[in-house]
Amino acid sequence: MCTYTTEKVEITGSGKGAEGWFALSDATVYFDHPVHAMAEHTLNIDFRNPGKDPAARVAVELSAESARALIGAIEAALAAVPPALVA
Amino acid sequence: MSEALTASTVTMSGHGGDEVEAYLAVPVDGASARGSVVVIHHMPGYDTSTKEIVRKFAAHGYAALMPNLYYREAPGASPDDAAAVARANGGVPDERLLGDVAGSAGYLRALPGANGKVGVIGYCSGGRQAFLAACSLPLDAAVDCYGAFIVSPVPEGVPLKVQPIVGLAGNLSCPLLGLFGADDKMPTPAETTELSKALHEAGKPHEFHTYDGAGHAFFAVDRVAYRPEAANDGWQKIWDFYGRYLTS
Repeated sequence: MCTYTTEKVEITGSGKGAEGWFALSDATVYFDHPVHAMAEHTLNIDFRNPGKDPAARVAVELSAESARALIGAIEAALAAVPPALVA
Repeated sequence: MSEALTASTVTMSGHGGDEVEAYLAVPVDGASARGSVVVIHHMPGYDTSTKEIVRKFAAHGYAALMPNLYYREAPGASPDDAAAVARANGGVPDERLLGDVAGSAGYLRALPGANGKVGVIGYCSGGRQAFLAACSLPLDAAVDCYGAFIVSPVPEGVPLKVQPIVGLAGNLSCPLLGLFGADDKMPTPAETTELSKALHEAGKPHEFHTYDGAGHAFFAVDRVAYRPEAANDGWQKIWDFYGRYLTS
């Protein structure tokens, strides 16, 4: 199935794409068919800056298990530093 | 059949007179009366695998044209980057899609050797769009490959800006071939059965085939969803169908 699901979130940071570093302003998250990964469906994230060229995008396609592991790793990394740093 | 063809990127006039990039493949066979096909790409965009499909139609004797539905949002971008932009924007507006398909059909009818008959085929989101086009434009044959949201609305929270269009069934301008996977969830077999019922009640000619062991995107040769048995039979159904309605 094509799920068409799409979650959008505003973000602040930078990403490195095919044309080098650029500022990020949003991320699109969806569980759907991948372009490259050899799986029926993957958790896909497009880190984007719509104000720039469409190529200003960092894309990842992760298995569901990998995506959940990544969530855990992000939470662990944030919890491992003094709270004042990540407030 | 020599399967000789030429393929190129062209510019056509789409919705609102916009100049739109499109991929054209034409048989090199000297035929003086050939049918034509508008190919509507899947949600992942105007990509290499769908261009292969365009060439496949030319190899089988049809002139085929695929408009880049995401050209306005992302001219010159790679297909996956363009698809990411389109997805974030909620997809392609139906009105614009119709203008682009109408422009494509006009382009094909004006080609040397065209017999004036134009079919449409669409995959994934393009399946719904092929049905929409066939209910809105004068066409000669339409193929819907696993198009969702014809019968059921988009689930809450999904930002795709489209509505169910089963109510247009009575306006279908041409025969419709539907090719679906029994394991697909969008559309489900129950939804395609409901569409078939609506077409039957409207007295519209159609034939639907639902393949066991296949899900969404079973024609996609570069994806794990590919199911060669279903795809091979589906292609044969397409050749038979277009042979009946586009070539005479």
